[in-house]
Amino acid sequence: MSNESFEPKLVGFLCNWCSYTGADLAGTARMTYAPNLRIIRVMCSGRVDPQFILKAFKEGADGVLISGCHPGDCHYQEGNYKALRRHRLLSKMLEQLGIEKERFRLEWVSAAEGAKFQQVCNSFTEEIRKLGPLNLNGGKHEQ
Amino acid sequence: MVNLTIDGKKISVEEGTTILQAAEKLDIKIPTLCYHPLLEPYAACRICVVEIDSGRGPELVTSCNTSVRNNMEVKTKSERALNARKLNLEMLMARAPAAEPIKELAKELGIESTRFEVKDPTEKCILCGLCVRTCENVVGANAISFIDRGMNRVVSPPFGEPSEACIGCTACAFFCPTEAITVEDLHGRKVIHDELNLGPSTAIRVPIRQAVPMVPFIDEEACIHFKTGECRLCEKACEKEAINHAAEDEEMEIEVGSIILASGFKSFDPKRIPAYGYGRFDNVITALEFERLVNASGPTGGKILLSNGEEPKAVGIVHCVGSRDANYNEYCSRVCCMYSLKFAHLIKEKTSADIYDFYIDMRCFGKGYEEFYHRLLHEGTKFIRGRVSEVTDIALTEHEENKLIIRVEDTLLNTVRRIPVDMVVLATGLEPGLDQNEIAKIFNISCSQDTFFLERHPKLAPVSTFSDGIFLAGTCQAPRDIPDTVAQAGAAASEALALADKGTFQLEPITAEIDEELCAGCQICVGLCPFTAITYNKEKGISEINDALCKGCGTCVSACPCGASQQKHFRDAQIFAEIEGIFIE
Repeated sequence: MSNESFEPKLVGFLCNWCSYTGADLAGTARMTYAPNLRIIRVMCSGRVDPQFILKAFKEGADGVLISGCHPGDCHYQEGNYKALRRHRLLSKMLEQLGIEKERFRLEWVSAAEGAKFQQVCNSFTEEIRKLGPLNLNGGKHEQ
Repeated sequence: MVNLTIDGKKISVEEGTTILQAAEKLDIKIPTLCYHPLLEPYAACRICVVEIDSGRGPELVTSCNTSVRNNMEVKTKSERALNARKLNLEMLMARAPAAEPIKELAKELGIESTRFEVKDPTEKCILCGLCVRTCENVVGANAISFIDRGMNRVVSPPFGEPSEACIGCTACAFFCPTEAITVEDLHGRKVIHDELNLGPSTAIRVPIRQAVPMVPFIDEEACIHFKTGECRLCEKACEKEAINHAAEDEEMEIEVGSIILASGFKSFDPKRIPAYGYGRFDNVITALEFERLVNASGPTGGKILLSNGEEPKAVGIVHCVGSRDANYNEYCSRVCCMYSLKFAHLIKEKTSADIYDFYIDMRCFGKGYEEFYHRLLHEGTKFIRGRVSEVTDIALTEHEENKLIIRVEDTLLNTVRRIPVDMVVLATGLEPGLDQNEIAKIFNISCSQDTFFLERHPKLAPVSTFSDGIFLAGTCQAPRDIPDTVAQAGAAASEALALADKGTFQLEPITAEIDEELCAGCQICVGLCPFTAITYNKEKGISEINDALCKGCGTCVSACPCGASQQKHFRDAQIFAEIEGIFIE
């Protein structure tokens, strides 16, 4: 499969208050961006359990995005800091499992940053497109 | 208590009272010049002279600094006292013939001319030293003193040069009984526009006439006490003893049910656009300065005047200063078009000046606004469509001499024009307040890209924020005019009341809950909860969640190693199912 025709499957866990609203803004502002990201809304980026990421990769995701409020802007005071810590730890673990750390991204997108959401979507899709599909032995990717 | 008689009337006063003060209580008027109730008496002018008899025979004393004694008999209008007063006044008339209070006193006492030689018919200073004492004792600056002796004595700063010690408080001019010291003399400051910057001339004032609460405050920038540590005359003057210079700002904790943020805006600083010459040219003023100028209680009494005191013959009003400009603010400030039209109308009404209005688009969106614009079109205001590129004083032709020239591209005529005017009013836009981000952080709310506060929903929840119980009103959310602000503030107030009136509060439906069967009591969640909603129940050996405190962020859920903590509507199983679901082709 050539990388040009490869459409990555991306999963995004977006916090309800900033990034999900930011994505909404990108939509209402009629911005166009890569359609590869499938969004799952969570109340806070701190709600993202590392298991969700692993599950997403297992189910066939080529990349996973966590997006939350900017540091200091968390609706729940500090949930995004917890997401940051978990992201750092899990990135290390993913590498050991043979998943490139570029496939797991953490971004801060505020409710006003529709344009940033557009840019994040596009750049993440491009990056994963270059990396190619994720091939986990015995996973659903081999089909 | 001391008993005495003044002009035949008996009075009993406290010890240490001066004769002048005692007479005042009896409504007996003794003329004074160098006396001020807030300053120590000095007895320099000797106009307050009275005749007394306290058992040692009649004598003449100055009433302002002579204390009362028991059984003293005071005659304020005896022949001897009046003659002495007249003689003193004649000498003062020779010294300061131009002083109004002296002329008045002379008329009162029936003196037509002085027998002594008049040295300078324009002199006003009577050398009473009130100004010197003020500067030394009240202000503590010691900037002026008596210079020379005898006939040559004058009040002056050292060597007659402007003194560095002078803090420009103008207290000397305020206390001068004969108006010999004027503020212009001290500063040489310009007539009007400096006044705009100086604001009201007193350090104690109410912020604006419509201020709520209507309580005066001390402007620390202008107050003498905060410059020199002295003065505090206002403390003496205030009978209620309401003034306390030592008072400091204090932080208070007030428990409330809901909060309305109405922190307002900051006016765009036109110095950021150097080409418009604000700060360089005296007659380039901002909209707020123009408002002050045209205000009936303003420095010119509502007259529209240039900095030299003359009426302008041509005025230019520049729209969109700092607004609709990619270099500064991209948004439209919404209010400038209409207030600029109001200015044009006021200038037309008060002067015969030509008015030029430089606009990009005329945004007359409100009720009656378009009609007002049309009225101005018929009044003869000249509207020029185009953004002003520069305000300059470099004249190219004779009729541009001594004028401010506005360079503008007239987009309707498709040409660049130079328009000479006398005054330029910059319609400065609205910007978010300086501490906008700080406030946003305190209340945990978001700002939109232009740093105005973000509402929960532009149409469905325009006064609510993402934080429950915090509402927005006015220009902290976006630029808006007074009618819109009043309407929005009403909405915010009723939202806040609705919340309080119900008496009950709807809890967050999305909270976390702990399954007692699964919880191992590891207490990881207890330390993670930012709202301290989770407590450990020692008896049961499990953690418990307080529903009223839990905001439902789910941090504890994602950390629970047993899967005991689950978030309603966002259970692990639900999200796993969601993940599976999105990969079904």
